[in-house]
Amino acid sequence: MPTEFTFPDTAAKNAAGEFETEKMSLSMGPSHPSTHGVLRLQLELDGEIVTKCDPVLGYLHRGDEKIAENMTYNQFVPYTDRLDYLAPLANNVAYAIAVERLAKLEVPARCQAIRVIVCEMARISAHLLGLGAYGIDVGAWTIFLYTFTEREKLYKLFEELTGARFTTSYTRIGGVARDVPEGWNDRVNAFCDQFLPILDEILSLLTRNKIFMDRTVDVGVISKADAIAYGLTGPNLRGSGVPLDLRKDKPYSGYEQYEFDVPVGTKGDCYDRYLCRGEEMKQSVRIIKQAIAKFPAGDWYAKDARKIFAPPKDKILTSMEELIQNFMLVTEGPQMPAGEVYFEAENPKGALGFYIVSKGGGVPWRLKIRSPSFCNLSILPKICVGDLVSDVVSILGSLDFVMGEADR
Amino acid sequence: MLAPDALLAALREKFPEAAPRPSTDLPAVDVPATAAVAALQFLRDEHAYDFLVDLTAVDWGVDVTPRFTVVWHLFSTTHHGYVRVAAPCIGTGVSDPGYNQATAGDPAMPSVTGLWPGADWHERECFDMFGITFTGHPDLRRILMWDGYPHHPLRKDFPLAGHEGVLSDPEISAETHTKVIPAPMMGGPFVAAPGEMNLTDAEPRAKDESWNEASEKPE
Repeated sequence: MPTEFTFPDTAAKNAAGEFETEKMSLSMGPSHPSTHGVLRLQLELDGEIVTKCDPVLGYLHRGDEKIAENMTYNQFVPYTDRLDYLAPLANNVAYAIAVERLAKLEVPARCQAIRVIVCEMARISAHLLGLGAYGIDVGAWTIFLYTFTEREKLYKLFEELTGARFTTSYTRIGGVARDVPEGWNDRVNAFCDQFLPILDEILSLLTRNKIFMDRTVDVGVISKADAIAYGLTGPNLRGSGVPLDLRKDKPYSGYEQYEFDVPVGTKGDCYDRYLCRGEEMKQSVRIIKQAIAKFPAGDWYAKDARKIFAPPKDKILTSMEELIQNFMLVTEGPQMPAGEVYFEAENPKGALGFYIVSKGGGVPWRLKIRSPSFCNLSILPKICVGDLVSDVVSILGSLDFVMGEADR
Repeated sequence: MLAPDALLAALREKFPEAAPRPSTDLPAVDVPATAAVAALQFLRDEHAYDFLVDLTAVDWGVDVTPRFTVVWHLFSTTHHGYVRVAAPCIGTGVSDPGYNQATAGDPAMPSVTGLWPGADWHERECFDMFGITFTGHPDLRRILMWDGYPHHPLRKDFPLAGHEGVLSDPEISAETHTKVIPAPMMGGPFVAAPGEMNLTDAEPRAKDESWNEASEKPE
């Protein structure tokens, strides 16, 4: 005798209020692999659909702004390494330029060129990590191995230039810590030459990959208007089709002399953001090659930065004047005029801004860090709603944030 | 894009209380808190400053009135100009040990979340760090510090080393009687005092010297 399975009359029961739907609350993070650090997402789920997403920040809050108010301008440089710790060189440069604007200091062309080269190398390094980690998030392990091989080469070059692989603290207010080593530019050039074909190979693993496209196309769509309203910057903004790049629109450090294109997306989904980052790396290579081709001679620190920049070590040890100057710099800090200044630079993650209020003297009265990751994350509650939990992973990876910067 | 002077003139025509703010880098304007939202909306709609770059506050010191100033930085996605708008907060925001936020004059500022949804987190951060209440904010709670944290760390009367206090979890602290004690400042960030004093005082030193290598850490 065949048993007959009868389905309950769902519509009738629903109308009678016999079915109850219950929402589940899921805490994703703070140490979930896809949160790339310590971000916690408090999700509210209906089945597998996200109905509410509330990001919980602050797990990596170190009070950088409070610390900045309690030390001299020079002492704060190492702290900027630890904002976006995937591109410390770019942070160093952004901070240095902000303080230089306050001090009304012009750095020579050679220093500007060095800064452009290291910023673009930092961008490549940060995007490579973003790409590799994103690959892992959506199930493509191989990418990670390729990108980290390339990052290793970059780290070798960083180490040669700055003495450190990771926390570089390379810039000084009014210059950089030291000139480029002999033959370093050629090695950077050689890296660029071999990097382009490898990058194409890496991207070809994802760009037309069916699985990758299924996970990213039309997922996490951010409209142009939303991207602007939420203050998104960097590849996340450009992925939504807004051609805003501070290197083009508000050129600093001599970016106006270099030819490069600003890639923009059309739809603003995860896939577009991925494409933008891939193309940006190629443009960075273009900039580096131009900067090296016309690498200016001259000084790598501003001569009129005497009140800010520590004198050369051999002078400190042999000459009274420089010894006093060094002592004053260390004890009282570089003397800055009173006033306020806001400067933001186009960093790998977006616009990293420093708002400095000075009352004069060697210590800032207030230093606010406008962190691109913080602003980029603020759109999460809006775009995650209605997506699957697995899409949240994909969206998080495509926003490419760093918690060190978001939490400060 | 209007020149800074013309922009200020246009603003003052609409808002007579607006005053030029001393600035060396960007066009800057001071507005009263009551006119802040309208002025920002005017800049956004009439002058294409459509991008809220940053929103923050400055604490000018415990005995300064008005003590807190909120600062907005706007950017234009079309003509690529910046503008800085600042407004002193309503209320004082005294924070002594017996300070009660509910009754004392809390610093307040109208919220701009209606103009830019991205201001949401910025204002939460400002509230968290300075204790400025943004009136009209849909969900004003702490963002970087944990819920229930009693202080506003970026206020000038909050010491760098932190305050002694209970742990974030009341259950654990009730059970274990553990407390959060201030971080030792030896080897921490140094503070250099500005000039015009004798050198022993001006030398950089740890600000908090309640204990060091010589004297024991208090229990």
